[in-house]
Amino acid sequence: MTEGSLAALVVLGAFHGLNPGMGWLFAVARGFQERSGEDGRRRGRAVVLQSLPAIAAGHAAAIGVIAILVAVTRSVVAGRTVAIAGGVVLVGFGLWRLLSRRHFRWVGMRLSLAQLAGWSFLMSSVHGAGLMLVPFLTNLDGAVAGHHHGGVAAGAGNALSAGIFVTGVHTLAMFVVAGAIAVVVYEVVGLAVLRHAWFNLDRIWAIALIGAGIITLATA
Amino acid sequence: MPRWKPDPTFYPSPRDAIAGPPEKLAYVAAFDRAAQTPDAIAVLDVDPGSGSYGQVVGWTSLPHTGDELHHFGWNACSSALCPSAPHPHAERRYLIVPGLRSSRIHVLDTRPDAAAPQVVKVIEAEELAAKAGYSRPHTVHCGPGGIYVTALGGADGAEGPGGIALLDHTSFEVLDRWEADRGPQYLAYDAWWHIAHDVLVSSEWGTPSMIEDGVVAELLLGRKYGHALHFWDLRGRKHLQTVDLGDEHQMALELRPAHDPTKKYGFAGVVVSVEDLSASVWLWHEEDGRWTATKVISIPAEPADPAALPPVIQPFGAVPPLVTDIDLSVDDQWLYVSCWGTGELRRYDVSDPFHPVAAGSVRIGGIVNRTPHPAAPDLPLAGGPQMVEVSRDGKRVYVTNSLYGAWDDQFYPDGVGAWMAKLDSGTEFTFDQRFFPHGDAFRGLRPHQTRLQGGDASSDSYCYP
Repeated sequence: MTEGSLAALVVLGAFHGLNPGMGWLFAVARGFQERSGEDGRRRGRAVVLQSLPAIAAGHAAAIGVIAILVAVTRSVVAGRTVAIAGGVVLVGFGLWRLLSRRHFRWVGMRLSLAQLAGWSFLMSSVHGAGLMLVPFLTNLDGAVAGHHHGGVAAGAGNALSAGIFVTGVHTLAMFVVAGAIAVVVYEVVGLAVLRHAWFNLDRIWAIALIGAGIITLATA
Repeated sequence: MPRWKPDPTFYPSPRDAIAGPPEKLAYVAAFDRAAQTPDAIAVLDVDPGSGSYGQVVGWTSLPHTGDELHHFGWNACSSALCPSAPHPHAERRYLIVPGLRSSRIHVLDTRPDAAAPQVVKVIEAEELAAKAGYSRPHTVHCGPGGIYVTALGGADGAEGPGGIALLDHTSFEVLDRWEADRGPQYLAYDAWWHIAHDVLVSSEWGTPSMIEDGVVAELLLGRKYGHALHFWDLRGRKHLQTVDLGDEHQMALELRPAHDPTKKYGFAGVVVSVEDLSASVWLWHEEDGRWTATKVISIPAEPADPAALPPVIQPFGAVPPLVTDIDLSVDDQWLYVSCWGTGELRRYDVSDPFHPVAAGSVRIGGIVNRTPHPAAPDLPLAGGPQMVEVSRDGKRVYVTNSLYGAWDDQFYPDGVGAWMAKLDSGTEFTFDQRFFPHGDAFRGLRPHQTRLQGGDASSDSYCYP
C-alpha cells in the first residue's frame, strides 16, 4: 500500500466520521438526554464517550464485511475480475444512492450499546460505507503478492490481514473525527449548529461512491 | 430535489423553535356541512405588517364534495433531525389533509406559492382500507419511519378497531397498519409520542356510527364513548398499557405531550363527565415504571335556563364546558383549554404540570352566552373556541369555532356560523382586534384545524433538549 492510498484511506475515514448520520449525532443526542439535573453534564459526557466506541464498532463491522468479501473472492478469482465487478457494483450503488428518494428507516432512540453498534452497522452498510473502500481492497499489494507466490491459502491469509489493516486504519480515522466532533458539539457548540452546518452529505457520498467505482474500473 | 442544507423550519430543540421567525400564513381546514360545494384549505394572512392581515388570501378547493375536512398536518417536521434515521434535507412542504367522512387523504403542495397550495395526490378510501384496514382518517403526525395517520374506523364498513396507518414520507403511499400488537385497544382518536423515549400515546373517541350522526345520548349516558389512554412501544409497535380515566369521563381526545424530549408527561383533555357535566384535563406521567394519569384541571358546568338550551342538553339545566381541544406551548409553560360549550378559552400556567395555575380567560360565543368578538361587539356569535393552535414562539394563539358537522348542529341548532380569532399571549391574554375573519370570509364553510406556516405547537416533535 502506497503512502498516497494510505492517506486517502484516512481521509475517507474522516469523511465518514464527519457525517452526522453515521453516528456522532446519535452519541451527542444520547448525552443530552442524560444532561438534565444535578451532575447531568458529567453523566451526559460519559454517555457520549461510551456511545462512540459502539458506533465505531458497528462501522468497522460494515467495512470489515466488505473487506473480507473482497479478500476471499480475490483469493479464488482473478484480481482484475474482482476489480471490474467491484467497480460496476460501486457505480451502480452510487447512482442508486444519488437518484433514489428512499430514506433509511429506523424507529427507536433508546438503544443499548449493542443495539447502537447494530444500528451503526446497518446505517453504514445501507449507505455503502464499505463499498467506498473497494478501490483500496482491490489494489492491495499483499494480496496480489500472495496470489502469485504463495498459492490460494496463503493469498487468502495475506488478503485477509490486509483487509483487516484497511478496516482498522479507516475506522480509527472515522472514530477520531466523529469523537472530536461529538465532544466539541456536546461541550461547546450545541446542536443549533445543525441548522446551518448540516450539508447534504448523502449527495456528496453518492458522488464519492461513483468516483470510487470509476477509479476501481480504471485501475483494474 | 433534496436540499443542500436542512429545511430552515426544522429545529433541533424546542428552544431553537421558539427563537424562529413568526409565521406569516395560516392554513385552515374548512368544510361544507351540506356537502354541496367542495371542502377547502383556506389560507389566512397572519402577518401583522401586511395590508391583507386577517383576511383569507388563498383558497384551495378539493376535487370532491363531502370529505369533511377536520385535522391535517405537515409531511415533514423537526423530527427529521432525529439521529436514528435523519433526513434533514427533506422539505416541510406538503400538507396531508384527510377527509374524516370520505376517508380520502389529500396531499397539497405549498410550493411554489405558499398562498395557493395545489392538490398533487389523492389517496382514495379504498387504498387506505386495503393497505391499512382503516377508515375515517384523523390526526396526522410527521414521525420516525413515515407519516402517522390515526383513523377512527375499520375498513369495508367495519366499525373498528380504529388505529394508525403509516404513510411513506416521500411517495405518500399507504405503507401498512402501524400496530403489530394492539392488545385491548379498540377505539381511536388522537396519537402522539415521547419520541426520545420510544413511547406512543393514543386516545379514544368513538367508532363511526357513534359519531357521524351526532352524539348518541344513550351511548353517552351508558358511558360507551372512549375514556382511556393507551401507551405503546413506538419501536416495536406493541401495546404496553391501558390507563383508564374512569368511565364517567367520556371522550378522552387531544393529547399534548411535553415538547422537551427529556420529559415524560403530557396533557389529555376529556370532553365531559356524565356525573356532573364537568370537563377535565389529565396529566399522564410515569410512576415506578408504570404510566398513570392524574386529573389536574376540572371545569364545572354552568347552570342555565333550560329554555335557552338545545334539546340535547335541555334535561340537565346546565351548559357543559365541553373541552374539545387543548394545546401546549412549545416551551411547555402554557396550556390553552377550549371550552366549546360555555364559549371560553382558558390559559393555565403549567410550569409545574401537576399544579396548573389559571392565568387568564377570554369569552367568545357559547351555547347560552353568545359573546361577541370585541372587533364586532354587536354580533352575537355561535360556536365557541374549538381548535386552538399556538405559534412556535408562544405569543399568538389562533382559535376556530366548528367542532364536527353533526355535533355543531346538535349544540348550536340555529347555526354554528364560521369565525376565527387570534389572541395575544404575554403578560396579558387578550383578543387581537385586528384579526377576526368571520361569516362570508369562509364562503359558507365551517373552519376547523389551523396549521401554521413553518410549524406550530402541535406539529413538531424534537429529539434534542
